[in-house]
Amino acid sequence: MPRVAVIGAGITKFMRRSLETGKELSYEASTMALDSAGLTLRDIQCVCNGTAPDAFDGLHMKGEYLLDGCGGYGKPYMRSYVGGGTGVFTPIQGWYHVASGLFDTCLVVCEEKMSTCRPHPQGAFLTIFDHTTERPLGPNLLWIFALEMNRYMTTYGINKRDIALVSVKNKKNAMDHPSAQLPMEITVEDVLNSEVMAWPVQRLDVSPTSDGAAAVVLASETVARKLTDKPVWIEGVGWNLDTSYWTDKDLYFPRYVEKAARMAYTMAGIREPKKEINIAEPYDPFDYKELHHLEGLLLCDKGEAPRITADGVTQRTGTMPVCPSGGLLGVGNPIAAAGLMKVCELFWQLRGEAGKRQVPGTPMKGVAQAWGDLMQVGTVVVMGRDKVKPKGTRRGRGPRPRGSAG
Amino acid sequence: MGIVGIGRTPATPLSPGRSYKELVFDAAVRAYHDAGVEPKQIDSFVPCSEDFLEGTSIFDEYTPDQLGAMLKPVHTISADGLFGIAAACMQILTGRFDLVAVEAHSKASNIVDKEEIDTLALDPVYNRPLGLHPHFILGLEMARYCHETKTTPEDCAGVVVKNRMNALGNPHAPYGGRLTLEDAVRSPLVSDPLREADVSRTADGACVVVLASVPAAKRLRKDSVWITGIGWASDAPSLETRGWGTALYATSAGAMAYRAAGIKHPRTAFDFLEIDDTASYKELQHIESLGVCRKGEARRLLRNGDTRRGGKLPVNPSGGSLGMGHLLEATGLYRLAEAVEQIRGTAGSRQVRRARTGLVMSWRGVPTATGAVAVVEA
Repeated sequence: MPRVAVIGAGITKFMRRSLETGKELSYEASTMALDSAGLTLRDIQCVCNGTAPDAFDGLHMKGEYLLDGCGGYGKPYMRSYVGGGTGVFTPIQGWYHVASGLFDTCLVVCEEKMSTCRPHPQGAFLTIFDHTTERPLGPNLLWIFALEMNRYMTTYGINKRDIALVSVKNKKNAMDHPSAQLPMEITVEDVLNSEVMAWPVQRLDVSPTSDGAAAVVLASETVARKLTDKPVWIEGVGWNLDTSYWTDKDLYFPRYVEKAARMAYTMAGIREPKKEINIAEPYDPFDYKELHHLEGLLLCDKGEAPRITADGVTQRTGTMPVCPSGGLLGVGNPIAAAGLMKVCELFWQLRGEAGKRQVPGTPMKGVAQAWGDLMQVGTVVVMGRDKVKPKGTRRGRGPRPRGSAG
Repeated sequence: MGIVGIGRTPATPLSPGRSYKELVFDAAVRAYHDAGVEPKQIDSFVPCSEDFLEGTSIFDEYTPDQLGAMLKPVHTISADGLFGIAAACMQILTGRFDLVAVEAHSKASNIVDKEEIDTLALDPVYNRPLGLHPHFILGLEMARYCHETKTTPEDCAGVVVKNRMNALGNPHAPYGGRLTLEDAVRSPLVSDPLREADVSRTADGACVVVLASVPAAKRLRKDSVWITGIGWASDAPSLETRGWGTALYATSAGAMAYRAAGIKHPRTAFDFLEIDDTASYKELQHIESLGVCRKGEARRLLRNGDTRRGGKLPVNPSGGSLGMGHLLEATGLYRLAEAVEQIRGTAGSRQVRRARTGLVMSWRGVPTATGAVAVVEA
């Protein structure tokens, strides 16, 4: 099985973008990713697209619509979909495109445009519930996540103050992210005093809806070695989908995230994730989800995530930085693009190119994770860099490097 | 990759009293039984669906239970089932998966207005304000195809007659019928030159296919059918910038699949084709675009009777979408299942003689220019 590397990444600014279509956002992110890899579209053999519900844009077959913006014209192009988990799943889809040996290069593009959904994207989410048993009740996402947050807090006796620390940390981290939508310096008190949406969820516990796109370029080992001295390897992938009947399970722990994480760690040869993972980018659409997911990712014991957060372990300067990007809480949550943003962040961090966001030391391995559907799906990617800088070779066939990045 | 299990429900115009979950469960049980496996042995699952056709957003939420796939690697591909097969093949080729199940279904009878949903796939800025009905777009393409290849609407009607006749022998097909050319040519005009009989009607059904790595397939059964080539491609998504006479997506997807299967001469390589016939002319256009004959020659094959079930190169012995009904995203899987039965020699009264190598192709429908191709061999 060929190893697969990330060799380029690009991301648009996350914000309400009424002037651009989804195609244009996709184009912007794809072009940035290709430029950073020193490639043109001609060097790309296949394209993978990820984008969340069609209902946001009122577009049937949204993947087909985005096709040319993503560079899929005339190429094998496929859209995968796992709800909120899509952003981290699409690079997994790209991984199997390349790891299968069928392709040497793959462009992975995730786009989301939520602002077209008026008056608010929550309206689209009304249609995700079971048409017979749930939809008549008129539930929305804030309600069901409030249930989950409550269950998590009750199980371990966690208070809102512990959880608010995540929001404070991530929004502050986002101050250094040029794409960020909600970078803020706030205090725990600000979170606790913000508007109550559905108890215990308050306004500052939640990530903002957003528009944006992100893209990465994947390459097989042979091609990656020719194009860059700093490939970042996709060392492990995992995904897992739990039952649709979310009302039948205990919400205190995301068992599907654990299963996905174990699949990825096994593939990456990681036995002790707590010690071996240097940076984590877990999915944080709500502040409690970062904690929930740290436990699901086996990066701390069950119920321990609030403690390591309070101890500063997860700060950017801590021993295991979590969401150094600023996460969804700070950078924004254009659903599929937000997941891929996390993979982009690991790429930059592991190459030492994250600028002001760069974590100290020399991180070797990172994990990115997304979550979605009805508290149901976990998608996990483990990425790592080379231990020793390999000598660059420029022999053999393959896409020719262009520009300075080659 | 070997196909070790297929399961499908008979396609029906309506399926009152059965939900999509029950249809999928039915198909899954048949497929697992056919493969001789339990769902817990399967490493990964690939359902294929589009939200708007289901009337549910983030439809992948509702895929795992009826497949026995809870707490397993499951991801949806938003495309025809044949794209799901491509995804499954790639997963197996990584060497990390032995058994992968692909699912797709149609509950078209639940859709109030399928054509209105199709119009929501049009570019919202440039095309949607024009109020283009999907049948109008088909008619426009049919006119262009007929013009470029000197095919007549009567030739296209011949496809309808053939496929509806083939469907009579297929227990899975609800639209079998003994039509005359007159019947087809006299059916009401939908969008000149497209007539009502030229367009496939929808049907309900579910299909599950179990794929296996080479060692697993050899272990599970002696008569595995092998996928030796798979390809998929997209032409321009905008109506204005694509060629309307040739289906370039079929040409590119075919080339990719042929390369993998080592097929140099598609004209002589296949014993039968199971290809898209969403509308009658698409069958002819796809035969040509897939390189099975030269452009403009498909009508001759049809007139000579070569594409009949007993002909030199049977096309759509299942009855195709005209005879089986268009099964939305399950269309490609039903065709693949048919190809497997033909190659296994279990197709009963619709059996094609010496069926050893088949070509399966699907198209994503109006307004897309996206298709997938699989080469299957004994």
